[in-house]
Amino acid sequence: MIVAKGIHTFYGNSHILHGVDFSVAKGETVALMGRNGMGKSTLLKSILGLVSPKQGSVTIAGTDMTGAQTHAIMRKGIAYVPEGRGIFPNLNVRENLVMAARPGIGGRRDWTYERVLDTFPRLAERLDNMGNHLSGGEQQMLSIGRALMTNPDLLILDEATEGLAPLIRREIWHTIRTIKDSGIASIIVDKNVHVLLGLAERHVILVKGRIVYDGGPQALKDDPEILKRHIGL
Amino acid sequence: MDVWFFLIQALNGVQYGLLLFLVASGLTLIFGIMGIINLAHGSFYMLGAYTAYWLALKTGSLLAALVLSLPIAALVGFGIETLLVRALYKRDHLDQVLLTYGLILVFNEAQKLIWGSDVHAVAMPAVLNWSFPLTDNLSYPIYRLVISAVCAVVALGMWWVIAKTRFGMWVRAGASNREMVQALGINVKLLFGLVFAIGAALAGLAGAIAAPVSSVYPGMGDSVLILCFVVVVIGGVGSVKGAFLGAILIGLADTFGRVLVPDFASFSVYAVMAAVLLWKPKGLFA
Ligand SMILES: Nc1ncnc2c1ncn2[C@@H]1O[C@H](COP(=O)(O)OP(=O)(O)O)[C@@H](O)[C@H]1O
Ligand SMILES: [Mg+2]
Repeated sequence: MIVAKGIHTFYGNSHILHGVDFSVAKGETVALMGRNGMGKSTLLKSILGLVSPKQGSVTIAGTDMTGAQTHAIMRKGIAYVPEGRGIFPNLNVRENLVMAARPGIGGRRDWTYERVLDTFPRLAERLDNMGNHLSGGEQQMLSIGRALMTNPDLLILDEATEGLAPLIRREIWHTIRTIKDSGIASIIVDKNVHVLLGLAERHVILVKGRIVYDGGPQALKDDPEILKRHIGL
Repeated sequence: MDVWFFLIQALNGVQYGLLLFLVASGLTLIFGIMGIINLAHGSFYMLGAYTAYWLALKTGSLLAALVLSLPIAALVGFGIETLLVRALYKRDHLDQVLLTYGLILVFNEAQKLIWGSDVHAVAMPAVLNWSFPLTDNLSYPIYRLVISAVCAVVALGMWWVIAKTRFGMWVRAGASNREMVQALGINVKLLFGLVFAIGAALAGLAGAIAAPVSSVYPGMGDSVLILCFVVVVIGGVGSVKGAFLGAILIGLADTFGRVLVPDFASFSVYAVMAAVLLWKPKGLFA
């Protein structure tokens, strides 16, 4: 699905990513882990063309998309739930969903407006509310629902449960699991390592813009030192 | 001075206001959504007027000229956005002002080269060249009513597109978070190019449809541009609703200013602007 090689990204003079290799296979769930400020969000943005890496290549669904524009990259079947949710404050819930609707690669239309509202019944009650009049949990559901409206093959979730009440957090995790079971690949960035260990097939740990671990969950469970050293748990 | 006189002036004021709205709405959309100050917006008004004049001569039909001048203004607008303005989205307003001021000079010079410095009248279509009798000796030209009607229909259509269509949702979303719109797979550069082109087309339409009433003359875009900035500031920068109210207000102020206090005609517009800004410093709908 995604193969990124040798990514070097800078913000001004600060060198953030130091030659990162990162890949996601079709249908695979990958947890991207690391302490705050290690470059997780920057890696996602580099892949999506939201920031331009100085070096490195990005291949998506077999096509070289290095340096391509973001919208073209997303049209390869990728949906993005950004840190901070990215809800349009001046559009209501219905508009936030409808504006994103499109068939997936090969014309798939599994996710419709109705199905998204079935998945998040809370949103159905607030269709006419503006994006900035929603609670954090509702905004998060809307951001995920909006991403699903594009019928993606890969869903990228950056800190999707950040700052949510435990009950809502559980609901979000439940939805993420359902999405995974439907065969959609995902990249999940989250503080909740224990949930990730039970959910993802592969775990990638970033430290200061370098990958220090890339493998399955079993090795991390067997040797808690790895997580302790790199994430501080 | 009687009630008919006021009615006629009020109709003229509203008609002028609606016309200003066509120009000002593009200006406010382009500023509100893309953050671009486009001083050359009045040049699209002039372009519309001159292409209408020229095409009416060539085709013998003002209607054909009106219809053709729309895509011409849109294409010129799209070209300018793609080739020049696009490079300045991330630059500050001073750079944008310099570029678009330069464009005014280019447009005005090109106008002189192509069409010369004379004032030209544009013939009204015969079917519309009559007046609606109001009293024994007063009547109202039907063409002005047509201008009002066309502008009102376009304004309504614009509201519908912005409020109800997916295109409108993208435009509004792009105004609040450009990056996120791209991240949903929408080509924002193209979208903004289209908004710029539509703004240019609306200004061109205004110039074209007004040509039989105003004639066409060098520099005609400049005074419209200034009034439109007044409209945008009164209405609240970026607000289409505000531009509508502001335009009607300025249309009426300008028209009544001319007939009631001819010595201070241009003063009336700024008096209204000052009054509105004292009351609401950021404009009516900021
Ligand atoms: N827009 C930006 N400009 C400058 N520095 C940034 C910007 N965004 C992030 N950084 C810096 O880049 C580093 C990596 O940030 P980020 O990718 O957001 O980390 P993470 O998502 O792992 O918490 C941090 O040191 C952060 O301060
Ligand atoms: Mg982050």
